[in-house]
Amino acid sequence: MLPHLNFADSNINFLGHRKVAVGISLVLVLVSVALLATRGLNFGIDFTGGTLVEVGYPQAVELDPIRQQLADNDFDRATVQYFGTSRDVLIRLPPRADDPDQAALSNEVLRALQSGGPDGVDLRRVEFVGPAVGEELREQGGLAMIYALFGILIYVAVRFEWRFAVGAVLALVHDVTLTLGFFALTQIEFDLAVLAAVLAVIGYSLNDTIVVYDRIRENFRILRKETTEFVMNNAVNKTLSRTIVTSMTTLMVLLALFVLGGAALNNFAIALIVGVIVGTHSSIFIAAAAALMLGVDRKVLLPVKKEGVEEETP
Amino acid sequence: MRNAYPVWVYALIVVAILGGGLYALPNIFPEDPAVQVSNSRTGEVETQIVSIIDVILGAQGLTPRRVEEREGQMLLRFDSADHQLRAADVLRGALDDDHVVALNLAPATPEWLRAINGRPMSLGLDLRGGVHFLMEVDLNAVIGTAMERYTNEFRGRLREERLAFEEVDRAARSLSIRFVSEQDRAEALPWLQRQYRGELQFVERGAGADSTIEATLDSDHLTELRRLALQQNISTLRKRVDELGVAEPIIAQQGESRIVVQLPGVQDTARAKEILGATATLEFRMVAEGGDAQEAQRTGRAPSGTRLYLERDGAPVLLQRRVMLTGDYITGASSGIAQDTGGPAVFINLDGQGARIFSRVTAENVGRLMATVFIETRTETTEEDGELVRRTSRSEEVINIARINEPLGRRFQITGLESTREAHNLALLLRAGALAAPMSIVEERTVGPSLGQENIDRGMQSVIIGFIAVMLFMILYYRVFGIIANFALALNLVLIVSILSLLQATLTLPGIAGIVLVVGIAVDANVLIFERIREELRNGMSPQAAISSGYDRAFSTIADANVTTLIAAVVLFLFGTGPIKGFAITLSIGVVVSMFTAIVVTRAVVNLTYGRQRRLARLSI
Repeated sequence: MLPHLNFADSNINFLGHRKVAVGISLVLVLVSVALLATRGLNFGIDFTGGTLVEVGYPQAVELDPIRQQLADNDFDRATVQYFGTSRDVLIRLPPRADDPDQAALSNEVLRALQSGGPDGVDLRRVEFVGPAVGEELREQGGLAMIYALFGILIYVAVRFEWRFAVGAVLALVHDVTLTLGFFALTQIEFDLAVLAAVLAVIGYSLNDTIVVYDRIRENFRILRKETTEFVMNNAVNKTLSRTIVTSMTTLMVLLALFVLGGAALNNFAIALIVGVIVGTHSSIFIAAAAALMLGVDRKVLLPVKKEGVEEETP
Repeated sequence: MRNAYPVWVYALIVVAILGGGLYALPNIFPEDPAVQVSNSRTGEVETQIVSIIDVILGAQGLTPRRVEEREGQMLLRFDSADHQLRAADVLRGALDDDHVVALNLAPATPEWLRAINGRPMSLGLDLRGGVHFLMEVDLNAVIGTAMERYTNEFRGRLREERLAFEEVDRAARSLSIRFVSEQDRAEALPWLQRQYRGELQFVERGAGADSTIEATLDSDHLTELRRLALQQNISTLRKRVDELGVAEPIIAQQGESRIVVQLPGVQDTARAKEILGATATLEFRMVAEGGDAQEAQRTGRAPSGTRLYLERDGAPVLLQRRVMLTGDYITGASSGIAQDTGGPAVFINLDGQGARIFSRVTAENVGRLMATVFIETRTETTEEDGELVRRTSRSEEVINIARINEPLGRRFQITGLESTREAHNLALLLRAGALAAPMSIVEERTVGPSLGQENIDRGMQSVIIGFIAVMLFMILYYRVFGIIANFALALNLVLIVSILSLLQATLTLPGIAGIVLVVGIAVDANVLIFERIREELRNGMSPQAAISSGYDRAFSTIADANVTTLIAAVVLFLFGTGPIKGFAITLSIGVVVSMFTAIVVTRAVVNLTYGRQRRLARLSI
């Protein structure tokens, strides 16, 4: 049997060091923004438009003859790389402005590979995204993120108080920015699946933050005589074991996805793993600190009879 | 203190377990490789054909395991994919053009399950292989087509009504009628307004000898025209897809001007693209006799009433402006070999009206030359100065010029095609009808069948391993309560699968990832509750009180946390396309189901285990 994590009486002074914690996070956010501004994200063809062809071979292949074969067929701008194993090859073609029929490109690539290069080529996947569609997806993705944040802001403001809502959204912006910053740093491809993962991170990290806020609200009712800082610190400590256990179980399944899910889910899993780690950090160190800095105290949370809503829960 | 639930809660849980299990059940039956035979003309496969198929397959040693008939279609189930492919090839060769042979994977769901609507989950293209196209319809072309039609109509009808006019000119989005005098215009305007009410808007321009009427499309009418064009494109696409022989295709409108086409299991994407996007049709025109085509080509000016065309070998030819017959009247077309020349040919059937028109005009022109014009429209998107520009180009070629020896009727043949493949494709396109507006593919996602299977295997493997790891952890960390949480988690998975099956929502690879994530989130509710119970125990509460208080206090936290996750999932669903939607669906279903399993189900089991013990000393948590 595993030993129990018990932080109920530990009283680690998270909020006492809030300036350090927030300072570190602020630096990381700034670094992420700088990375996003300078290096940018390595957008996949979902967002840039273009053609992607994945082919498989019965045995391991060298990339050079494939590159040569493609160059001989006028695909000199194609990038060729392995995908997962040395039997899988990914070929990317940038969108071509002058091409009359871009949708036909993938067929020409396959024909070129069938007429030369290693034997036994098998078409595994084609993705073609027209430039107009790519632009739309980029727009929609950004909008989706903003709408999700906005919806959450409203919900938390209604269920708690606006300062908590702002604190929660700040924590979320922190998580999203750091996750995006990680992708800018590593230049791992950012495609639709990764965008979905980032949105899932929003949901997950918020989950964590809400648990802490809920406990803060409850603590204000019970610990009537303590200072605001103590009440908040206590809430973070009381939920710490849960925060860690849940992050661990989630990371377990994500690791399974990362290791076993295959190349198609790799980037998706990476985004979620980074997001869960960053989200765990923010719900321990940032969420409560942000609420405190925004001026949350007992009066704000427990104005006369507001909490009657809470009592009807079974 | 005792912990107990009212009987109806236990009843609800038993119903959920039985119902969930029942509707998840169809997913454990394997799928049979099958061949689907249908008749695209009559919609019914005749019994005669059924017995012929029997004989043909029997002779090749490819007797199907089972033959079923459903909604006029024949479904032949085979023991192996190899037999299925060979049988499809044999049948394609043996049956005529009217019969469509498609490959299919038929679920082997037992009859009694199918009777209560039990079906396996529908798998996305990334899991079973296939093609996804997003096609953009160029709806602005609708204006051009309408203007062309009105121009011809005005010329004819104004003349019939004896209303004097000089010329009708067509512009991109409007047309103008020129008159010699304002008086002529004053006479024509009321008639035009009466005849084209609700269709066109007329504005007077100029004066005196320069009097014109400008006609533009009424905005409501234009909306209607666009809607109809999109509808016609969808129905034409559907017919073409049927001709290609695809089992369970999806063809649906997306947004204002786009059409999604999903073809599961299609291997030959080149041919699919060729057929779906093609806008080939035919026109018949008389050759203008006495005109000098070379001269016209050099000066770029064709004599009045004629137009300059090129033959396939590049030779110029002058044809009359007036079209004798368009492809719209064609009801049937099949490809074959011309009896006289031995080259590829298309045999064409006209409908009653087309046959009447055609026999009249050909009778008037016996002994003269008639040209068959092959028309193809292409739309391409290019980038110019950072702007995306869509351009439609139309190529018209004369594929055949023949002397009319006798009046032609309902059925005739045309030749001059380059290959049997071209003849075959043209026949297919003529059968399916023309597109009302040109289309181009703006997105394609193709997944080969080998990758599809691999995606399923890997996705499932990661779900199972992640699941086992979490379960082990829960047992080691929470002991008896961990076992109870695991039971709820397993029920959660079963319920997700059964709800996906019932809704027939599509399971995609990101959808599987969503399930994996749900496994992580679902235990969170139990972690919250169990940590709370431990805390209350440490605070000195009795075990029974700790259980009750732990569940009660964790509830609002769990509800808040899950609602916010749900908000993110719903936004994803609304904004996402295809695969992302799949992720959002499984995540939403999972979050909602986990509220039930992680709270109600675990509480019920806890109550059954500990609730009755009056003097409970300690909990295994």
